Amino acid sequence: MENKLVVSPSPHVHGGDSISKNMYGVLIALIPAFIVSLYAFGLGALIVTLTSVVACMFFEFAIQKYLIKGNKTLCDGSAALTGVLLAFNLPSNIPLWIVIIGALVAIGVGKMSFGGLGNNILNPALVGRVFLLISFPVQMTTWPIADAANRFTTMDVETGATPLSLIKFGAADQVNVWDAITGMISGSMGEISVIALLLGLCYMLWKKIITWHIPVSIFAGVVVLSLLTGLNPLVQLATGGLMLGAIFMATDYVTSPMSHKGMLIYGFMIGAITIIIRKFGAYPEGVSFAILLMNAATPLINTYCKPKRFGEVKKNG
Amino acid sequence: MLKTFRIGGVHPPENKLSAGKRIEVIGLPKQVAIPLSQNLGAPSVACVAKGDEVKVGTLIAKAGGFVSSNIHSSVAGKVAKIDEILDASGYRRPAVFIDVNEEEVWEESIDRSETLIKDCPLSSEEIIKKVAEAGIVGLGGATFPTQVKLSPPPGSKAEMLLINAVECEPYLTSDHELMMEKTEEILVGISILMKAIKVDKAIIGIENNKPDAIKLMTDRCRQYTGISVQPLKVQYPQGGEKQLIDAVMGRQVPSGALPIAVGAVVQNVGTAYAVYEAVQKNKPLIERVVTVTGKSVVKPSNYLARLGTPISMLIDAAGGLPADTGKVISGGPMMGKALTSIEVPVTKGCSGVLIMPTLEAQRQKMQNCIRCAKCVNVCPMGLEPYLLMSVGEREIWDRSEKERVMDCIECGCCSFTCPSNRPLLDYIRISKSKVGAIIRSRK
Ligand code: SF4
Ligand code: SF4
Repeated sequence: MENKLVVSPSPHVHGGDSISKNMYGVLIALIPAFIVSLYAFGLGALIVTLTSVVACMFFEFAIQKYLIKGNKTLCDGSAALTGVLLAFNLPSNIPLWIVIIGALVAIGVGKMSFGGLGNNILNPALVGRVFLLISFPVQMTTWPIADAANRFTTMDVETGATPLSLIKFGAADQVNVWDAITGMISGSMGEISVIALLLGLCYMLWKKIITWHIPVSIFAGVVVLSLLTGLNPLVQLATGGLMLGAIFMATDYVTSPMSHKGMLIYGFMIGAITIIIRKFGAYPEGVSFAILLMNAATPLINTYCKPKRFGEVKKNG
Repeated sequence: MLKTFRIGGVHPPENKLSAGKRIEVIGLPKQVAIPLSQNLGAPSVACVAKGDEVKVGTLIAKAGGFVSSNIHSSVAGKVAKIDEILDASGYRRPAVFIDVNEEEVWEESIDRSETLIKDCPLSSEEIIKKVAEAGIVGLGGATFPTQVKLSPPPGSKAEMLLINAVECEPYLTSDHELMMEKTEEILVGISILMKAIKVDKAIIGIENNKPDAIKLMTDRCRQYTGISVQPLKVQYPQGGEKQLIDAVMGRQVPSGALPIAVGAVVQNVGTAYAVYEAVQKNKPLIERVVTVTGKSVVKPSNYLARLGTPISMLIDAAGGLPADTGKVISGGPMMGKALTSIEVPVTKGCSGVLIMPTLEAQRQKMQNCIRCAKCVNVCPMGLEPYLLMSVGEREIWDRSEKERVMDCIECGCCSFTCPSNRPLLDYIRISKSKVGAIIRSRK
């Protein structure tokens, strides 16, 4: 008995948190948005999402099996999450081969080329998305209209402009904020319903998967810059990929800062850059670029923003 | 809102299985082994030799330096040998072995009656001298010699005495039970400590998971001037000195400084009891309350055990070592030490014996750091454990120092929380010893 005792340094208990708990937690938080996209875009949404998830998991598996040997992370949910997030950033009528290319770029270039989960600098799903946006601009910006009539067709659906392109091209009066909040607008699959995405945010805050700092500071950045540039902040918040980006993409653990102060700077900058791109850039949409830019700045932010050390606050604080 | 400390912290399952179990006295073993290093600082120096007869309370080892303490015999008997014994950390250290006589003879000066003596006519210096003679150390587990803490360095002035009755470690209940059974003695002990450091205010910090102790202490402390109770929100590591000061007084001790820098002196509630016994009853520190607990333990209990009693005797009293035992820990699950053997003796710093089943004893497989920042969020010192681990792995000691690795209080919140099961604190400990050595070599 004696020598069979396990001897290891403290702590001797663990809280039971794990990578997969967090990843599956985020997936659960995405369910409301998924349901809305099924309701709005029908079968197409389901097929694109499934394709993307399966493709991401396949590439993760294949690369880990044949190219790099390391921890097997197929089942921890991170590849599936990348798949869902990629799909949510695509229109539901996109040809499936494009989805598969996106998945290859997301996992292969965005994640595995850096050494797998935890080592990537940029958000893999966004790397995939931006690659597709640049390579296939037409297919990536042909948005189906959210409409019951489109629900059971996949490819030949009615298409229309997104609220942001309407604004960009001078038709702001056609934008209905209420439709955007509920989700009955054109757009990428996962980005259309503000309410569904906010529900997801609440879930993740409740489960302590993320803290409030990043989403809230992004909202703040958007509001401040919209007011400065004369845009309607509410419309800017409710449209395009803003909510999806702020809640699910910018909060990606691996590519966001480690200290609260850093998170606030990172978030505010994402919000601000998004509005600048929307107002002055060539694209009507800017969240993806803003997040990728700030992903790249994250190591720098981590070097300069330290958490508040104990003993540094005022004595009687 | 209840008070607590402001940065980080976790709330592990409390598992206070032995709460409310009255303190039982453990019988005498045939032989005790009293280690010579039972305090933080220099080991004590034996002043008895093989063959000497000792009584209960006879001085057997003297303080071996300024930061050191006396040790007394916990039994009456004959010194069998002075030899090495395996201590709680798994090192071989010298100890005095005493064969126990059947008949208990106590030193005549010790008052063994139960009568409460409230008045203490002694001066501050006399109290501190008595505390030093009695070999009292911080009984919360830190084992810092108490007389040193009571003698603030010149130029600093204590404003307030804080009594640590937080017992934030899961499972442990020895302080809780002591408060329930020795309430008045503790309060007299606190008054004596106040006199020793010349303050007129003392606050007892108790976590809210001990409502009975909060109520009892609050009721009783009305008869003592200057003492009050502060209930605290349950949050680990609130028993850390700096965290307790922050929680109760709202002041943060600067990096590298002592609590006295913000006017506080912190003592454990068990220490206050030992001070009462030493000053009012002339009884040196020869026994302590030890919680024996664990999910498979038949009878989780609180025991009063003489120093030097083998831990196996306590485990037997609690129903024996369970069949599924994987790990035996001296102390609590967050900061305790895993024992290599259950024959190690009870020492001054042993607040509990926790027996963990095999299933919980092993660590989970480590994964990549996913940079979730959860370790940063829970660190009560505002450090970045993930970063300290990675610079520690790469042995960049100057960066470790700059990132304030020496501030780490080794509470374990980071390793407890990490979803990737990374052994953050293991690496941080190594870094601390390296960086500590570098800092000392500079002087
Ligand atoms: S908690 Fe673990 S996984 Fe998360 S940042 Fe810290 S070390 Fe990395
Ligand atoms: S063990 Fe050290 S680094 Fe880890 S949480 Fe505690 S104080 Fe912070």
